[in-house]
Amino acid sequence: MGMDINTKKLKKNAFRVSKERGIGASRIRVPGGYLDAKILGMVQEIAETYGNGYVHLTTRQGFEIEGIHLEDMEQINQKLQPIIEMLEINQTDPNTGYPASGTRNISACIGNNVCPFANYNTAKLAKRIEKEVFPNDLHFKIACTGCSNDCAKVRMHDFGIIGMTLPQYDPGRCVNCQACVKGCKSLSVNALRVENYKIVRDEEKCIGCGVCITKCPTRALTRSKKKYYKLTIMGRSGKKNPRLGEDFLVWADEDNIVKIICNTYRFVEKYISPSAPARKEHVGYIIDRVGFEEYKKWALEGVELLPETIVKECVYWSGIHFD
Amino acid sequence: MGYQFTKAEAERMFEKWGSQYDVFAPKLMEGEGCFSDTDVVRYGKVTSLDEIVWDRKSDYSLKEVLLAINETLFYFTEDKTTVPEGPQKDILIFLRSCDLCAVQRLDEIYLKNGYEDFYYARVRKRVKFILMGCKTSCASGFCVSMGTNQARQYDAYVKVDNTQKVVYADIKDKVLKAFVEGGKEIEVTPDYVTENVEKVNLPKNLSNKSFENTIWQEYGDRCIGCGRCNFACPTCTCFTMQDIFYKENAKVGERRRVWASCQVDGYTDMAGGHSYRKTQGERLRFKVMHKIYDFEKRFGYPMCVGCGRCDDICPEYISFSNCVNRLTKEEAEHEK
Ligand code: HEM
Ligand code: SF4
Ligand code: SF4
Ligand code: SF4
Ligand code: SF4
Ligand code: SF4
Repeated sequence: MGMDINTKKLKKNAFRVSKERGIGASRIRVPGGYLDAKILGMVQEIAETYGNGYVHLTTRQGFEIEGIHLEDMEQINQKLQPIIEMLEINQTDPNTGYPASGTRNISACIGNNVCPFANYNTAKLAKRIEKEVFPNDLHFKIACTGCSNDCAKVRMHDFGIIGMTLPQYDPGRCVNCQACVKGCKSLSVNALRVENYKIVRDEEKCIGCGVCITKCPTRALTRSKKKYYKLTIMGRSGKKNPRLGEDFLVWADEDNIVKIICNTYRFVEKYISPSAPARKEHVGYIIDRVGFEEYKKWALEGVELLPETIVKECVYWSGIHFD
Repeated sequence: MGYQFTKAEAERMFEKWGSQYDVFAPKLMEGEGCFSDTDVVRYGKVTSLDEIVWDRKSDYSLKEVLLAINETLFYFTEDKTTVPEGPQKDILIFLRSCDLCAVQRLDEIYLKNGYEDFYYARVRKRVKFILMGCKTSCASGFCVSMGTNQARQYDAYVKVDNTQKVVYADIKDKVLKAFVEGGKEIEVTPDYVTENVEKVNLPKNLSNKSFENTIWQEYGDRCIGCGRCNFACPTCTCFTMQDIFYKENAKVGERRRVWASCQVDGYTDMAGGHSYRKTQGERLRFKVMHKIYDFEKRFGYPMCVGCGRCDDICPEYISFSNCVNRLTKEEAEHEK
């Protein structure tokens, strides 16, 4: 009997058509790359029951279970149900697997669960964004990284969220050891100097990485109570014009970043090319077409930024042009 | 005299103390730790018993109340100097047994070692100490080894019961006792630990040969010279001087004394650029010897009170207590 499968539906359901006829792969999204280890056992079970026993760890921190038979998709969706629930993925109907795949898994570096450099809990923010944007068929790539080291390579994403902290300085606790100055110079951007035995921070230069704070032996330098973020936009890899994302907002807050991302979905709905195959036109290319000014209007709709947030008037991207 | 108070009675007494004294105690400084979403416990002014951190040793010691990190000694104009006022209110400090013993070390250096230090003395004279007991040993402390586990020279002892409903106190000081209202008179003895997890044996007969001990090079290679061990230590007393000429008018300024650390670059720098202890190993040797050997030779008891803060705070996991035990062990082996 011939195989009659709607491949469009299959892809939307987070399965993949493989190069081998009748065989596909099942993709599991793990927001923030953060999961209860029990899920590993569940993935193993699916891979050994329905797949060829192998799993690919995807570049976006998901699992791709290889070698599954396309006729098993329904059963696999049943098996995916507890995983979907444990990871709190938004779903339309239980036991039917993932309702979309266009908006990719929100990836993240390990963040402040572990990393001493991190300025926030990246997995938590990734989950929050996932909750806001998924399911959606539009092709968005979003990533969170704990600090300016950008281990998550967020500048290669449509939206990159980089954790920042605004150093708080108590001169009364400062002993002029200059560990902060040396730290900022050797590990960061050399934004600190000493004046009259006290520390002066060049506010224009400081990238809010927090290195100085971790170096300070007396807690003269501490983190700001507010958590700040840099939002980089429209980085991408790919065929036509790969490029790094550029700063859009600096010293921004979490709520407004989430708002801007949601606004961008509306912008894409409005401007996406009607001829885009499978509604797959990257948002960066749409902005290239429509112009940054127009995008900015949509992005900042209803957004009340903090007074300290710096908004880039205009954003220019470079990158390599193959088109 | 010992008392049992209800929590409300104790808070009322505390409030009255607060009207008379600035009360300093270990406080949770939320989000002020080294890393994101971490806290630090250090001394600050408190206005209620609930603000005090009872269940965890402070990361930084009580020293900063007695000995300001930055102390302006005087301001100068072209023809005058002005000494800033000292504290305007009497002071109460909540602290643990090892820390109370540390005060004896601070006094030794700042009051009894030749001249009485004016700045230290004017704070110290206003201070009364309230002991917080230790029901169980902290993980890193070795107060029992150092004989600092049972400090008795407190002005009062206060303990909030686990249930948070009852407060026990032993109030020795007459002035503090005058604030007592209500409560039941009972026998109260402070919680003192009699055994620690960490046990430290001090070396007794080190020779100059210990200068060549490879231990110093080994730890020195690991030490980053950050000074945390000194800044957190309740018995480190070193300071350096800073003369500040104000930017707007360089004929006006101030002289400050500021905490110094023997591990941090600059400590032994001299006019002309000479420096005595260049390597971290030499600095570590100096610190360890000062804490457990040299101070004792001069004053008859070791400087270190075994609070364990230096171990807890070292980012390179250098353990002072391990280091001392290794020295002692090697000494014993040499003597065999
Ligand atoms: C044999 C003769 C000398 C010896 C053994 C000697 C020893 C020392 C020592 C041990 C210190 C360090 C004190 C400390 O920081 O605790 C010191 C500091 C100092 N000495 Fe001398 N010294 C001698 C001669 C002189 C002379 C002749 C002068 C001036 C002409 C002088 C000027 C100073 C100054 C200005 C300091 C302070 C340097 C600083 O803290 O940066 N010394 N000396
Ligand atoms: S990006 Fe920053 S926070 Fe994230 S793992 Fe790298 S260093 Fe740590
Ligand atoms: S937060 Fe600013 S001042 Fe501190 S190390 Fe980073 S760039 Fe330098
Ligand atoms: S590291 Fe801290 S104590 Fe040292 S100079 Fe910088 S702010 Fe001051
Ligand atoms: S040397 Fe370490 S253990 Fe001893 S008093 Fe100082 S901080 Fe405490
Ligand atoms: S805290 Fe550790 S690394 Fe820092 S100076 Fe002390 S021993 Fe060295």
